[in-house]
Amino acid sequence: MSRDFFSKANIFDSVKRYGLPIWQSPQFLFLIMGVVTITTTIITYTIGSRYIDDPSTVTLVVFSLTIILFVFSFIITKSFEKLVDAARMKTEFISVVSHQLRSPLTNLKWIIEVFASGGLGQIDEKQTKYLTILKENSDRMTDLINDLITVSRIETKTFLPQKTEFSFPGLIKMVISEFKSFYESRNIEIKFQTQENLQKISVSHDLLKMVIVNLLDNAIRYTRGRGIIEIGLEKRRKKFYFEIKDSGVGIPREDQKYIFQKFFRSSNILRYQTRGIGLGLYIVKSIIEKLGGTIWFKSQEGVGSTFWFTLPIK
Amino acid sequence: MKKILFIEDESALQKTFDDILRQENYEITPALDGEIGLSLAKSAKPDLILLDLILPKLNGFEVLKRLKEDKETKEIPVIVLTNLEEMADIERALELGATTYLVKANYSLKEVIEKIKKTVGE
Repeated sequence: MSRDFFSKANIFDSVKRYGLPIWQSPQFLFLIMGVVTITTTIITYTIGSRYIDDPSTVTLVVFSLTIILFVFSFIITKSFEKLVDAARMKTEFISVVSHQLRSPLTNLKWIIEVFASGGLGQIDEKQTKYLTILKENSDRMTDLINDLITVSRIETKTFLPQKTEFSFPGLIKMVISEFKSFYESRNIEIKFQTQENLQKISVSHDLLKMVIVNLLDNAIRYTRGRGIIEIGLEKRRKKFYFEIKDSGVGIPREDQKYIFQKFFRSSNILRYQTRGIGLGLYIVKSIIEKLGGTIWFKSQEGVGSTFWFTLPIK
Repeated sequence: MKKILFIEDESALQKTFDDILRQENYEITPALDGEIGLSLAKSAKPDLILLDLILPKLNGFEVLKRLKEDKETKEIPVIVLTNLEEMADIERALELGATTYLVKANYSLKEVIEKIKKTVGE
Protein backbone atom coordinates (compact mmCIF):
# COMPACT_ATOMS: atom_id res chain seq x y z
CA MET A 1 0.00 0.00 0.00
CA SER A 2 2.70 2.50 1.03
CA ARG A 3 4.86 1.42 -1.88
CA ASP A 4 1.91 2.07 -4.17
CA PHE A 5 1.47 5.54 -2.68
CA PHE A 6 5.14 6.44 -3.15
CA SER A 7 5.19 5.14 -6.71
CA LYS A 8 2.17 7.32 -7.48
CA ALA A 9 3.86 10.32 -5.86
CA ASN A 10 7.02 9.82 -7.91
CA ILE A 11 7.34 13.04 -9.92
CA PHE A 12 9.80 11.71 -12.48
CA ASP A 13 7.58 8.71 -13.15
CA SER A 14 4.56 10.91 -13.80
CA VAL A 15 6.60 13.22 -16.07
CA LYS A 16 7.58 10.18 -18.11
CA ARG A 17 4.05 8.74 -18.11
CA TYR A 18 2.20 11.87 -19.18
CA GLY A 19 4.95 13.22 -21.46
CA LEU A 20 4.77 16.64 -19.80
CA PRO A 21 7.55 19.03 -18.76
CA ILE A 22 8.26 18.85 -15.02
CA TRP A 23 6.63 22.23 -14.21
CA GLN A 24 3.38 20.92 -15.66
CA SER A 25 3.41 17.59 -13.85
CA PRO A 26 0.49 17.50 -11.38
CA GLN A 27 2.60 15.77 -8.71
CA PHE A 28 5.31 18.44 -8.94
CA LEU A 29 2.80 21.26 -8.85
CA PHE A 30 1.07 19.76 -5.81
CA LEU A 31 4.38 19.52 -4.04
CA ILE A 32 5.15 23.17 -4.82
CA MET A 33 1.62 24.13 -3.87
CA GLY A 34 2.06 22.39 -0.50
CA VAL A 35 5.40 24.11 0.15
CA VAL A 36 3.93 27.49 -0.86
CA THR A 37 0.84 27.01 1.34
CA ILE A 38 2.90 26.06 4.39
CA THR A 39 5.42 28.90 3.81
CA THR A 40 2.72 31.51 3.27
CA THR A 41 0.89 30.38 6.40
CA ILE A 42 4.10 30.73 8.43
CA ILE A 43 4.93 34.11 6.85
CA THR A 44 1.38 35.35 7.43
CA TYR A 45 1.52 34.24 11.03
CA THR A 46 4.98 35.82 11.62
CA ILE A 47 4.10 39.09 9.93
CA GLY A 48 0.62 39.11 11.48
CA SER A 49 2.01 38.70 15.00
CA ARG A 50 4.78 41.27 14.46
CA TYR A 51 2.63 43.93 12.77
CA ILE A 52 -0.53 43.28 14.73
CA ASP A 53 -0.86 47.02 15.34
CA ASP A 54 -0.63 47.87 11.65
CA PRO A 55 -3.67 46.25 9.98
CA SER A 56 -2.99 47.81 6.54
CA THR A 57 0.45 46.09 6.28
CA VAL A 58 -1.05 42.76 7.37
CA THR A 59 -3.88 43.12 4.83
CA LEU A 60 -1.39 43.92 2.06
CA VAL A 61 0.76 40.89 2.91
CA VAL A 62 -2.23 38.52 3.10
CA PHE A 63 -3.55 39.94 -0.17
CA SER A 64 -0.18 39.42 -1.94
CA LEU A 65 0.09 35.85 -0.63
CA THR A 66 -3.46 35.10 -1.75
CA ILE A 67 -2.53 36.26 -5.24
CA ILE A 68 0.48 33.94 -5.27
CA LEU A 69 -1.74 31.01 -4.19
CA PHE A 70 -4.29 31.93 -6.81
CA VAL A 71 -1.63 31.93 -9.57
CA PHE A 72 -0.43 28.48 -8.50
CA SER A 73 -3.95 27.05 -8.45
CA PHE A 74 -4.47 28.45 -11.91
CA ILE A 75 -1.31 26.76 -13.23
CA ILE A 76 -2.36 23.45 -11.65
CA THR A 77 -5.83 23.63 -13.18
CA LYS A 78 -4.28 24.38 -16.57
CA SER A 79 -1.97 21.39 -16.32
CA PHE A 80 -4.97 19.15 -15.58
CA GLU A 81 -6.83 20.58 -18.53
CA LYS A 82 -3.85 19.61 -20.69
CA LEU A 83 -4.01 16.03 -19.40
CA VAL A 84 -7.74 15.82 -20.05
CA ASP A 85 -7.23 17.26 -23.54
CA ALA A 86 -4.54 14.71 -24.29
CA ALA A 87 -6.87 11.87 -23.22
CA ARG A 88 -9.69 13.26 -25.35
CA MET A 89 -7.43 13.61 -28.39
CA LYS A 90 -6.25 10.04 -27.95
CA THR A 91 -9.86 8.79 -27.91
CA GLU A 92 -10.75 10.86 -30.97
CA PHE A 93 -7.67 9.56 -32.74
CA ILE A 94 -8.67 5.95 -32.02
CA SER A 95 -12.17 6.66 -33.33
CA VAL A 96 -10.98 8.27 -36.59
CA VAL A 97 -8.37 5.59 -37.26
CA SER A 98 -10.84 2.78 -36.54
CA HIS A 99 -13.42 4.21 -38.91
CA GLN A 100 -10.80 4.72 -41.60
CA LEU A 101 -9.56 1.15 -41.20
CA ARG A 102 -13.04 -0.22 -41.64
CA SER A 103 -13.44 0.64 -45.32
CA PRO A 104 -10.39 -1.18 -46.70
CA LEU A 105 -11.17 -4.05 -44.36
CA THR A 106 -14.71 -4.36 -45.73
CA ASN A 107 -13.30 -4.41 -49.27
CA LEU A 108 -10.94 -7.16 -48.23
CA LYS A 109 -13.71 -9.15 -46.57
CA TRP A 110 -15.99 -8.93 -49.59
CA ILE A 111 -13.27 -9.77 -52.09
CA ILE A 112 -12.31 -12.85 -50.06
CA GLU A 113 -15.99 -13.80 -50.08
CA VAL A 114 -16.10 -13.52 -53.89
CA PHE A 115 -13.05 -15.77 -54.20
CA ALA A 116 -14.28 -18.31 -51.67
CA SER A 117 -17.71 -18.58 -53.28
CA GLY A 118 -16.08 -19.61 -56.53
CA GLY A 119 -17.39 -16.47 -58.20
CA LEU A 120 -14.07 -15.95 -59.98
CA GLY A 121 -13.53 -19.55 -61.05
CA GLN A 122 -13.25 -22.88 -59.32
CA ILE A 123 -10.91 -23.08 -56.33
CA ASP A 124 -9.27 -26.23 -55.04
CA GLU A 125 -8.99 -27.54 -51.49
CA LYS A 126 -5.63 -25.93 -50.74
CA GLN A 127 -6.81 -22.56 -51.97
CA THR A 128 -9.95 -22.90 -49.86
CA LYS A 129 -7.76 -23.53 -46.81
CA TYR A 130 -5.75 -20.37 -47.41
CA LEU A 131 -8.86 -18.33 -48.11
CA THR A 132 -10.33 -19.54 -44.83
CA ILE A 133 -7.21 -18.32 -43.02
CA LEU A 134 -7.51 -14.96 -44.79
CA LYS A 135 -11.17 -14.74 -43.83
CA GLU A 136 -10.51 -15.61 -40.19
CA ASN A 137 -7.82 -12.96 -40.00
CA SER A 138 -9.95 -10.28 -41.57
CA ASP A 139 -12.80 -11.21 -39.17
CA ARG A 140 -10.39 -10.93 -36.27
CA MET A 141 -9.27 -7.51 -37.41
CA THR A 142 -12.91 -6.44 -37.79
CA ASP A 143 -13.59 -7.58 -34.21
CA LEU A 144 -10.62 -5.63 -32.89
CA ILE A 145 -11.68 -2.49 -34.73
CA ASN A 146 -15.26 -2.86 -33.51
CA ASP A 147 -13.95 -3.14 -29.94
CA LEU A 148 -11.86 0.00 -30.40
CA ILE A 149 -14.87 1.88 -31.76
CA THR A 150 -16.97 0.70 -28.81
CA VAL A 151 -14.31 1.90 -26.37
CA SER A 152 -14.01 5.27 -28.04
CA ARG A 153 -17.80 5.62 -27.87
CA ILE A 154 -17.82 4.73 -24.19
CA GLU A 155 -15.12 7.28 -23.51
CA THR A 156 -16.56 10.09 -25.59
CA LYS A 157 -20.00 9.21 -24.15
CA THR A 158 -21.44 9.06 -27.65
CA PHE A 159 -23.20 5.79 -26.99
CA LEU A 160 -26.87 6.39 -27.70
CA PRO A 161 -28.34 2.98 -27.18
CA GLN A 162 -32.03 2.51 -27.84
CA LYS A 163 -34.01 0.87 -25.08
CA THR A 164 -36.25 -2.02 -26.00
CA GLU A 165 -38.20 -4.52 -23.95
CA PHE A 166 -37.19 -8.14 -24.44
CA SER A 167 -36.74 -11.47 -22.69
CA PHE A 168 -33.37 -11.68 -20.92
CA PRO A 169 -33.29 -15.53 -20.90
CA GLY A 170 -34.20 -15.40 -24.60
CA LEU A 171 -31.15 -13.24 -25.31
CA ILE A 172 -28.87 -15.61 -23.37
CA LYS A 173 -30.24 -18.62 -25.27
CA MET A 174 -29.69 -16.81 -28.56
CA VAL A 175 -26.06 -15.99 -27.73
CA ILE A 176 -25.42 -19.59 -26.60
CA SER A 177 -26.80 -20.91 -29.88
CA GLU A 178 -24.63 -18.49 -31.85
CA PHE A 179 -21.58 -19.91 -30.05
CA LYS A 180 -22.62 -23.55 -30.57
CA SER A 181 -19.99 -24.56 -33.10
CA PHE A 182 -17.31 -22.73 -31.12
CA TYR A 183 -17.92 -24.50 -27.79
CA GLU A 184 -18.80 -27.88 -29.27
CA SER A 185 -15.58 -27.92 -31.26
CA ARG A 186 -13.73 -27.52 -27.95
CA ASN A 187 -15.71 -30.23 -26.19
CA ILE A 188 -17.27 -27.76 -23.78
CA GLU A 189 -20.72 -28.19 -22.33
CA ILE A 190 -22.92 -25.22 -21.49
CA LYS A 191 -25.66 -25.41 -18.86
CA PHE A 192 -28.15 -22.59 -18.57
CA GLN A 193 -30.58 -22.31 -15.69
CA THR A 194 -33.12 -19.57 -15.43
CA GLN A 195 -35.86 -18.73 -12.97
CA GLU A 196 -39.36 -19.25 -14.39
CA ASN A 197 -41.56 -16.31 -15.37
CA LEU A 198 -38.97 -13.57 -15.21
CA GLN A 199 -40.31 -10.24 -16.32
CA LYS A 200 -38.93 -8.60 -19.45
CA ILE A 201 -35.89 -6.38 -19.26
CA SER A 202 -35.90 -2.87 -20.67
CA VAL A 203 -32.40 -1.86 -21.77
CA SER A 204 -30.49 -1.65 -25.04
CA HIS A 205 -30.57 -5.11 -26.61
CA ASP A 206 -27.29 -4.52 -28.47
CA LEU A 207 -25.40 -3.43 -25.36
CA LEU A 208 -26.61 -6.32 -23.20
CA LYS A 209 -25.83 -8.75 -26.00
CA MET A 210 -22.28 -7.34 -26.16
CA VAL A 211 -21.91 -8.09 -22.44
CA ILE A 212 -23.12 -11.70 -22.71
CA VAL A 213 -21.07 -12.31 -25.87
CA ASN A 214 -17.88 -11.06 -24.22
CA LEU A 215 -18.37 -13.03 -21.00
CA LEU A 216 -19.28 -16.26 -22.80
CA ASP A 217 -16.46 -15.82 -25.33
CA ASN A 218 -13.95 -15.48 -22.46
CA ALA A 219 -15.39 -18.47 -20.61
CA ILE A 220 -15.08 -20.69 -23.71
CA ARG A 221 -11.76 -19.32 -24.87
CA TYR A 222 -10.01 -19.75 -21.54
CA THR A 223 -11.23 -23.28 -20.85
CA ARG A 224 -8.48 -25.70 -21.72
CA GLY A 225 -9.70 -29.09 -22.86
CA ARG A 226 -13.03 -30.49 -21.72
CA GLY A 227 -15.07 -28.25 -19.49
CA ILE A 228 -18.44 -27.09 -18.26
CA ILE A 229 -19.76 -23.54 -18.30
CA GLU A 230 -22.71 -22.84 -16.06
CA ILE A 231 -24.89 -19.82 -16.64
CA GLY A 232 -27.62 -18.76 -14.25
CA LEU A 233 -30.23 -16.01 -14.23
CA GLU A 234 -32.65 -15.13 -11.50
CA LYS A 235 -34.42 -12.29 -9.77
CA ARG A 236 -33.12 -11.21 -6.39
CA ARG A 237 -34.79 -8.32 -4.64
CA LYS A 238 -35.39 -5.78 -7.40
CA LYS A 239 -32.57 -6.92 -9.62
CA PHE A 240 -31.69 -9.39 -12.34
CA TYR A 241 -28.85 -11.52 -11.09
CA PHE A 242 -26.63 -13.09 -13.74
CA GLU A 243 -23.89 -15.62 -13.14
CA ILE A 244 -21.40 -17.34 -15.45
CA LYS A 245 -19.07 -19.96 -14.04
CA ASP A 246 -16.30 -21.67 -15.97
CA SER A 247 -13.74 -24.36 -15.23
CA GLY A 248 -11.04 -22.52 -17.13
CA VAL A 249 -7.49 -21.33 -16.49
CA GLY A 250 -8.56 -18.73 -13.92
CA ILE A 251 -6.96 -15.38 -13.22
CA PRO A 252 -3.72 -15.22 -11.22
CA ARG A 253 -4.19 -13.48 -7.87
CA GLU A 254 -1.73 -10.68 -8.65
CA ASP A 255 -3.56 -9.85 -11.90
CA GLN A 256 -7.07 -9.77 -10.45
CA LYS A 257 -7.15 -6.08 -9.59
CA TYR A 258 -6.29 -5.10 -13.16
CA ILE A 259 -8.67 -7.24 -15.18
CA PHE A 260 -11.25 -4.54 -15.85
CA GLN A 261 -8.57 -2.16 -17.08
CA LYS A 262 -8.26 -1.27 -20.72
CA PHE A 263 -5.65 -3.27 -22.69
CA PHE A 264 -4.82 -5.47 -19.70
CA ARG A 265 -4.17 -9.13 -20.44
CA SER A 266 -3.44 -11.51 -17.66
CA SER A 267 -0.02 -13.21 -17.59
CA ASN A 268 -1.32 -16.82 -17.84
CA ILE A 269 -3.58 -15.92 -20.76
CA LEU A 270 -0.66 -14.45 -22.67
CA ARG A 271 0.99 -17.85 -22.41
CA TYR A 272 -1.93 -19.66 -24.08
CA GLN A 273 -3.52 -17.07 -26.30
CA THR A 274 -2.24 -14.33 -28.52
CA ARG A 275 -5.68 -13.31 -29.67
CA GLY A 276 -7.43 -10.28 -28.20
CA ILE A 277 -6.17 -6.93 -27.04
CA GLY A 278 -7.65 -6.79 -23.58
CA LEU A 279 -10.75 -4.70 -24.19
CA GLY A 280 -13.54 -7.22 -23.55
CA LEU A 281 -13.91 -6.91 -19.78
CA TYR A 282 -13.37 -3.15 -19.86
CA ILE A 283 -16.28 -2.92 -22.33
CA VAL A 284 -18.40 -5.28 -20.21
CA LYS A 285 -17.85 -3.28 -17.02
CA SER A 286 -18.47 0.08 -18.72
CA ILE A 287 -21.74 -1.20 -20.21
CA ILE A 288 -23.00 -2.79 -16.97
CA GLU A 289 -22.30 0.42 -15.08
CA LYS A 290 -23.96 2.47 -17.78
CA LEU A 291 -27.05 0.27 -17.47
CA GLY A 292 -27.12 0.88 -13.73
CA GLY A 293 -25.71 -2.47 -12.61
CA THR A 294 -22.69 -3.85 -10.79
CA ILE A 295 -20.18 -6.50 -11.84
CA TRP A 296 -17.78 -8.59 -9.77
CA PHE A 297 -15.95 -11.89 -9.96
CA LYS A 298 -14.14 -14.63 -8.11
CA SER A 299 -11.31 -16.59 -9.64
CA GLN A 300 -8.64 -19.09 -8.82
CA GLU A 301 -5.81 -19.95 -11.15
CA GLY A 302 -6.15 -23.46 -12.53
CA VAL A 303 -9.68 -23.89 -11.11
CA GLY A 304 -11.85 -21.38 -12.93
CA SER A 305 -13.63 -18.05 -12.74
CA THR A 306 -17.14 -16.91 -11.92
CA PHE A 307 -18.48 -13.55 -13.00
CA TRP A 308 -21.65 -12.03 -11.63
CA PHE A 309 -23.55 -8.93 -12.57
CA THR A 310 -26.79 -7.33 -11.53
CA LEU A 311 -29.11 -5.11 -13.52
CA PRO A 312 -32.04 -3.18 -12.11
CA ILE A 313 -35.59 -4.32 -12.93
CA LYS A 314 -37.48 -1.20 -13.92
CA MET B 1 -31.71 -5.97 -67.82
CA LYS B 2 -32.01 -3.76 -64.72
CA LYS B 3 -29.60 -0.85 -64.43
CA ILE B 4 -27.76 -0.01 -61.22
CA LEU B 5 -25.80 3.17 -60.58
CA PHE B 6 -23.04 2.64 -58.02
CA ILE B 7 -21.76 5.88 -56.45
CA GLU B 8 -18.64 4.85 -54.53
CA ASP B 9 -15.13 6.30 -54.52
CA GLU B 10 -13.34 3.02 -53.67
CA SER B 11 -12.28 1.58 -57.00
CA ALA B 12 -11.61 -1.87 -55.45
CA LEU B 13 -15.24 -2.03 -54.41
CA GLN B 14 -16.41 -0.76 -57.79
CA LYS B 15 -14.50 -3.59 -59.45
CA THR B 16 -15.91 -6.24 -57.09
CA PHE B 17 -19.52 -5.08 -57.53
CA ASP B 18 -19.06 -4.78 -61.27
CA ASP B 19 -18.03 -8.46 -61.51
CA ILE B 20 -20.64 -9.77 -59.11
CA LEU B 21 -23.61 -7.77 -60.34
CA ARG B 22 -22.85 -8.58 -63.97
CA GLN B 23 -22.94 -12.27 -63.06
CA GLU B 24 -26.36 -11.64 -61.55
CA ASN B 25 -27.46 -10.04 -64.83
CA TYR B 26 -27.49 -6.42 -63.82
CA GLU B 27 -26.02 -3.58 -65.82
CA ILE B 28 -23.83 -1.48 -63.57
CA THR B 29 -22.70 2.12 -64.06
CA PRO B 30 -19.89 3.28 -61.81
CA ALA B 31 -19.51 6.82 -60.45
CA LEU B 32 -16.44 7.68 -58.40
CA ASP B 33 -17.68 10.94 -56.87
CA GLY B 34 -20.89 12.68 -55.87
CA GLU B 35 -21.07 15.10 -58.79
CA ILE B 36 -20.62 12.45 -61.46
CA GLY B 37 -23.10 10.26 -59.59
CA LEU B 38 -25.75 12.94 -59.61
CA SER B 39 -25.38 13.71 -63.29
CA LEU B 40 -25.38 10.01 -64.21
CA ALA B 41 -28.53 9.51 -62.16
CA LYS B 42 -30.26 11.98 -64.49
CA SER B 43 -28.77 10.78 -67.77
CA ALA B 44 -28.56 7.00 -67.29
CA LYS B 45 -31.97 6.62 -65.60
CA PRO B 46 -30.98 3.67 -63.39
CA ASP B 47 -33.50 1.37 -61.69
CA LEU B 48 -31.54 1.53 -58.45
CA ILE B 49 -28.82 3.68 -56.91
CA LEU B 50 -26.23 2.31 -54.49
CA LEU B 51 -24.81 5.26 -52.62
CA ASP B 52 -21.82 5.66 -50.32
CA LEU B 53 -21.93 8.63 -47.95
CA ILE B 54 -18.31 9.70 -47.71
CA LEU B 55 -17.63 10.87 -51.26
CA PRO B 56 -15.38 13.44 -52.90
CA LYS B 57 -16.82 16.66 -54.38
CA LEU B 58 -20.38 16.15 -53.16
CA ASN B 59 -21.06 14.02 -50.10
CA GLY B 60 -23.67 11.26 -50.10
CA PHE B 61 -26.21 13.17 -47.99
CA GLU B 62 -26.15 16.07 -50.45
CA VAL B 63 -26.44 13.67 -53.41
CA LEU B 64 -29.41 11.99 -51.75
CA LYS B 65 -31.08 15.31 -51.00
CA ARG B 66 -30.72 16.53 -54.59
CA LEU B 67 -31.88 13.19 -56.01
CA LYS B 68 -35.05 13.39 -53.95
CA GLU B 69 -35.65 17.06 -54.84
CA ASP B 70 -35.46 16.39 -58.57
CA LYS B 71 -38.68 15.23 -60.24
CA GLU B 72 -36.72 13.08 -62.68
CA THR B 73 -34.84 11.11 -60.05
CA LYS B 74 -36.94 11.15 -56.92
CA GLU B 75 -38.68 7.84 -57.62
CA ILE B 76 -35.42 5.88 -58.02
CA PRO B 77 -34.84 3.70 -54.92
CA VAL B 78 -31.57 4.45 -53.13
CA ILE B 79 -29.69 1.93 -51.00
CA VAL B 80 -27.14 3.66 -48.80
CA LEU B 81 -24.04 1.49 -48.47
CA THR B 82 -21.59 2.99 -46.02
CA ASN B 83 -19.44 2.45 -42.98
CA LEU B 84 -21.00 5.33 -41.05
CA GLU B 85 -23.10 3.75 -38.34
CA GLU B 86 -24.02 6.57 -36.00
CA MET B 87 -27.73 6.72 -35.24
CA ALA B 88 -27.82 10.36 -36.36
CA ASP B 89 -26.43 9.46 -39.82
CA ILE B 90 -28.88 6.59 -40.27
CA GLU B 91 -31.86 8.75 -39.30
CA ARG B 92 -30.72 11.61 -41.52
CA ALA B 93 -30.34 9.37 -44.58
CA LEU B 94 -33.73 7.73 -44.04
CA GLU B 95 -35.38 11.11 -43.53
CA LEU B 96 -33.84 12.31 -46.79
CA GLY B 97 -35.56 9.40 -48.54
CA ALA B 98 -33.13 6.47 -48.63
CA THR B 99 -34.97 3.17 -49.14
CA THR B 100 -32.50 1.07 -47.15
CA TYR B 101 -29.44 1.83 -45.07
CA LEU B 102 -26.70 -0.82 -44.88
CA VAL B 103 -23.57 -0.60 -42.74
CA LYS B 104 -20.96 -2.33 -44.88
CA ALA B 105 -19.02 -3.91 -42.02
CA ASN B 106 -22.14 -5.67 -40.75
CA TYR B 107 -23.10 -7.37 -44.01
CA SER B 108 -21.62 -10.05 -46.18
CA LEU B 109 -21.52 -9.39 -49.90
CA LYS B 110 -24.14 -12.08 -50.41
CA GLU B 111 -26.53 -10.31 -48.05
CA VAL B 112 -25.99 -7.01 -49.86
CA ILE B 113 -26.78 -8.65 -53.20
CA GLU B 114 -29.95 -10.14 -51.66
CA LYS B 115 -31.03 -6.66 -50.53
CA ILE B 116 -30.40 -5.31 -54.02
CA LYS B 117 -32.47 -8.09 -55.59
CA LYS B 118 -35.27 -7.50 -53.13
CA THR B 119 -35.35 -3.77 -53.82
CA VAL B 120 -35.07 -3.77 -57.60
CA GLY B 121 -36.19 -7.26 -58.62
CA GLU B 122 -34.11 -9.72 -60.63
